[in-house]
Amino acid sequence: MTALTAQDVGVTLLERQVVDGVSLSVPAGTWLTLVGPNGAGKSTLLRAVSGAVAHSGTIAFDGVEVARLRSRERARLVAVVPQDPTRPEGMTVLDYVLLGRTPYIPYLGTESAEDLAMAGELLDTLELRSLSHRLVTELSGGEFQRSVLARALSQQAPVLLLDEPTSSLDLGHAQQVLELVDELRASRGLTVVSALHDLTTAGQFADHLVLLADGRVVAQGSAQEVLTEELISAHYGARVRVLTDPQGGVVVVPLRPGRSVREIGGVA
Amino acid sequence: MTPVSSAAATGPDTAAHALRPVRLPRRWLVASLAILLAAVLLGLTVGPAGLPLRGVLTEIVGLVPGVHLDGGLDDRQAAVLWQLRAPRVVLGLVVGAMLALAGAGYQGVFRNPLADPYLLGVAAGAGLGATFAIVSGGNRVLVPLAAFAGGVLGVAATYALGRGVGGRSTNSLILAGVAVAAFLTAVQTFVNQRNVDSLREVYGWILGRLLTAGWDEVLTVLPYIAVSAAVLLAHRRLLDVLSVGPDEAGTLGVPAARVRLVVVLAATLGTAAAVSVSGLIGFVGIVVPHIVRMLAGSSYRIVLPLAAALGATFLVVADLVARTVVSPGELPVGVVTAFVGAPFFTLVLRSARRTW
Ligand SMILES: Nc1ncnc2c1ncn2[C@@H]1O[C@H](COP(=O)(O)OP(=O)(O)OP(=O)(O)O)[C@@H](O)[C@H]1O
Ligand SMILES: [Mg+2]
Repeated sequence: MTALTAQDVGVTLLERQVVDGVSLSVPAGTWLTLVGPNGAGKSTLLRAVSGAVAHSGTIAFDGVEVARLRSRERARLVAVVPQDPTRPEGMTVLDYVLLGRTPYIPYLGTESAEDLAMAGELLDTLELRSLSHRLVTELSGGEFQRSVLARALSQQAPVLLLDEPTSSLDLGHAQQVLELVDELRASRGLTVVSALHDLTTAGQFADHLVLLADGRVVAQGSAQEVLTEELISAHYGARVRVLTDPQGGVVVVPLRPGRSVREIGGVA
Repeated sequence: MTPVSSAAATGPDTAAHALRPVRLPRRWLVASLAILLAAVLLGLTVGPAGLPLRGVLTEIVGLVPGVHLDGGLDDRQAAVLWQLRAPRVVLGLVVGAMLALAGAGYQGVFRNPLADPYLLGVAAGAGLGATFAIVSGGNRVLVPLAAFAGGVLGVAATYALGRGVGGRSTNSLILAGVAVAAFLTAVQTFVNQRNVDSLREVYGWILGRLLTAGWDEVLTVLPYIAVSAAVLLAHRRLLDVLSVGPDEAGTLGVPAARVRLVVVLAATLGTAAAVSVSGLIGFVGIVVPHIVRMLAGSSYRIVLPLAAALGATFLVVADLVARTVVSPGELPVGVVTAFVGAPFFTLVLRSARRTW
């Protein structure tokens, strides 16, 4: 169980302030989701949290600053599903998933039987076992994305950063993957920070939503507080209708001029 | 999708999909050691003074302490074997293995299948360093050190220039290497023009040769090469991790910049040591790892050990060709490796274009 705090975090890329004065607090075992338009700084903020990019301000795990951690310690604490991961040439799915065991393998050592067993378990969980000997360069987008998640989960880190982890998944697999992450959050107390484009899904799976625009936090809170027609229209430039279902869930429906959403039954 | 809590390895298709992580395939290891052995025996027996295979084998077995065999070679033949052939073959083994390992190491850290000591300015730098050492007429023991210093400077200049012009793109790195190599070679030519009396020695060195004056040169470079080769081989898994790129490798707990530095230093040290005694032998570092990738797989856990064995074989055979085709004269071995390597390089380029 590890809590994450960010205080006044800034990131400058190419002399441009891409993340500016962001403060967040993610209690251990909760799920925070970043939403915001393209270029808002979601990925950059996640990269700062994972230590991949230099930042100002402080980012700390249970009070330990990320910049102070050695990369090995950091990799045991934080696992990352990048938005646009590299597909290494000539590497099988199994070997790719085993890369996640690197922080536990001695510097010049190799995988143990336990590492292999854990990779096998994750291959089963993510329906990848029958693909385990295929090259990652020969997978469909969704198959590869599940391999990336399996690699991240095999790191067994208490903090999981997911940057658009379902962008290539079909509806069913997207739900299953997010349910799996939520189950792990509940059972193992994982702390999850994700960036999601699908606002309805974001509202369904997050304890706390943060809306970023131009590198700043413009709104945060529950789905009802953040996913409003005004905020979405102001920051995404999108025409949407926000509906609330009786259980308190929020549904964001894109609109086209001249077409009504009244026909969407059972919600409004 | 089964819940995470359910036990491992109980899925219906488990048996059909036993997990086989990447390993050095035993058959390729055995095969490469077998051809290596054959090349060594060929290298020891073939030459202007042919030696009987049986006698050579008897001599080799006789090296084992406590074993005394008759029917070996006569004194003159034994002298040819131990004073001429054996040091030369061992030097070929060591240099060939080192150049192939260094090439594979550079390819791994720069994530570019065309990275090699020659394209990164290492060899040109080492050549310039060695030229200075030879021209200044000092102790020959300084030649490897000067070659090493030059090699490190060459790769550092390439790296700095490549980053300066094109960020992390590997193509800009290769282009920078070409520029650095051209510059260093120009300086070397200038130095040679001013020191015509040592031109012959420098020229002979540049073309690459495994001429030795016995075991001294072998023993001079062996420590450097042993350390470099051990360091490179030890990093084989980490080079696989680096194949996802420096940022992702970092999130997996591998400090990419540090690993890159260690591997580049080891590869440069080994290359410079090899080059300092053998001269500039091109294409081993690029041809050999590629053959291994095409045959056995592209994991560095496969490429590094097999490239070492195959590189050693390649150079021993190339040297055999170099000293027999124009007998009683000799071709520089660098000419032979380039003769095979240059056309191969073009082939690699053609097939690699698809993935770029
Ligand atoms: N490596 C980089 N160098 C320079 N600028 C960058 C770099 N990466 C991102 N940026 C810029 O930083 C800003 C934020 O990018 P970021 O990737 O964090 O956005 P994002 O919110 O994840 O967007 P998306 O929804 O498209 O994934 C953008 O303007 C982008 O152009
Ligand atoms: Mg992004």
